Amino acid sequence: MSIDLETAARVAKLARIRVDEDDLPALANEFNTILGFIEQLGEVDVEGVEPMTSVTPMRLKRREDKVTDGHQQKKVLSNAPDAREGFFAVPKVVE
Amino acid sequence: MTDLNTLTIAEARDKLRAGEVTSSELTEACLTAIEGAGALNAFVHNTPEIAREQAKFADARLQKGDDAPMCGIPLGIKDLFCTKGVPSQAASGILKGFKPEYESTVTQNLFDAGAVMLGKLNMDEFAMGSSNETSVYGNAVNPWRRGNDETALTPGGSSGGSASAVSADLCLAATGTDTGGSIRQPAAFTGITGIKPTYGRCSRWGIVAFASSLDQAGPMTKSVRDAAIMLEAMCGHDPKDSTSADLAVPDFEAMLTGDIKGKVIGIPKEYRMDGMPEEIEKLWADGTAMLKDAGAEIRDISLPHTKYALPAYYVIAPAEASSNLARYDGVRYGHRAKLEQGDGITEMYEKTRAEGFGHEVQRRVMVGTYVLSAGFYDAYYNKARKVRTLIKKDFEDVFADGIDAILTPATPSAAFGLGEMAEADPVQMYLNDVFTVTVNLAGLPGIAVPAGLDRQGLPLGLQLIGRPWEEGDLLNTAYALEQAAGYVAKPAKWW
Repeated sequence: MSIDLETAARVAKLARIRVDEDDLPALANEFNTILGFIEQLGEVDVEGVEPMTSVTPMRLKRREDKVTDGHQQKKVLSNAPDAREGFFAVPKVVE
Repeated sequence: MTDLNTLTIAEARDKLRAGEVTSSELTEACLTAIEGAGALNAFVHNTPEIAREQAKFADARLQKGDDAPMCGIPLGIKDLFCTKGVPSQAASGILKGFKPEYESTVTQNLFDAGAVMLGKLNMDEFAMGSSNETSVYGNAVNPWRRGNDETALTPGGSSGGSASAVSADLCLAATGTDTGGSIRQPAAFTGITGIKPTYGRCSRWGIVAFASSLDQAGPMTKSVRDAAIMLEAMCGHDPKDSTSADLAVPDFEAMLTGDIKGKVIGIPKEYRMDGMPEEIEKLWADGTAMLKDAGAEIRDISLPHTKYALPAYYVIAPAEASSNLARYDGVRYGHRAKLEQGDGITEMYEKTRAEGFGHEVQRRVMVGTYVLSAGFYDAYYNKARKVRTLIKKDFEDVFADGIDAILTPATPSAAFGLGEMAEADPVQMYLNDVFTVTVNLAGLPGIAVPAGLDRQGLPLGLQLIGRPWEEGDLLNTAYALEQAAGYVAKPAKWW
């Protein structure tokens, strides 16, 4: 499997990371090196093997479905790059 | 009198209890050492006011007869831990200015036990790296040098600042985190001890996430005894981390008897890599002989899927990172890019992430995005998770056959020069974790113990891998190895 420039650009787009056109060839090249390394996994016979979901056998704890936290608006917003009137502010989303 | 900053936790604890020193004196000694060690770039956010306040409080506790083992002990904290009101950036530009409103469970546990925080420590950005060269703060530097050669060496990564600070006696011990070897590799590169406990022993709550199914916190210390003391204070069940184990924490230090008679130590043949330096081979053979002399039975074992651990890791870790790091969007915290007229929310995300993430982080996020994307999920991600099952089974099989612990080298080489890997492709750097990454994939406890010096005078470490939840037994085997190796070397001060 070889990553072309178009795929590299698509992956950057999916990851929401801006990559300059000029940097795409180097990026595709690095992807190919890493994916080439990963390709080794193809040698392993995994017939009938379950994919791991939890590294330690444990059942996730359950709790009652009720509110246990809240009323911390100030703290929640304290690190926001742009907070106004108790909300996170972002550029216009709808035209 | 020895400089107080050079004490181990155990030595300092005994002196504090005996009233021979105060935590304030220990803390001042460390703060002075930190001030004089700018060249190491280990501490990146100093918190002397907090340290002095905590030391004063610890002294009051001690005076009342409090004998908590970590009470009054000055520590460095890896920048990956959220510490309330103190910059916690994971060494990334995207978290510039971030000051958490909360405390991570591990640091809270340490503070509850009376520990003192001297400041935050350098690391690879989001813990992605093996040389501390991806940090937004610049490289941390290893206090060790190749004899009289002044070439700056890496302290390893990602917990490079922690390793450098402990090795140079800037603090008594430090916290680290380990996703593929990030505690054990830097510990080995700097001649200190570092343990990654069983997955679930330490709460991950408040630790900036890299790959959640692999991340674990652990102590980086000057001795195995210190690792036992500090680990006990760090771990324990936490309802805020759903993967945190609801198990009692044993008294690890009490388990250090040094008696390993009858223990069965496995030597895995797959860890004998082509082109492994002769000195690493010798160190490994010496370590094996030491454990045998101490009464352990040595057995050759096979972990057949070892070769596939790194490729599986470089699917699973980036995939999880890609999901975890999606939260850095310029909305809730950290950096937001300056926008042009007409830029919408997508431009804000894309520019913010391009500016805020360094090169290695961008690369891993995108590799992760790719292996999770439609059409490749089965071929890469599910395949890697199946291989992970097999890697874990390799270990389960040898433990079922009666193996108590596994001895391997900690790293494939001694510390290399900063910048020496700049021209290498990313996979070359990934190979640093070849001996450690299997342990994360299998969720096992692993410890790096300094065991000797190479021809250039640089420290080399051995790794012991234990059964799940049996850190106490593992620490005891490490203690026996430490005593037999008699490693006492310290870097000559040049900084």
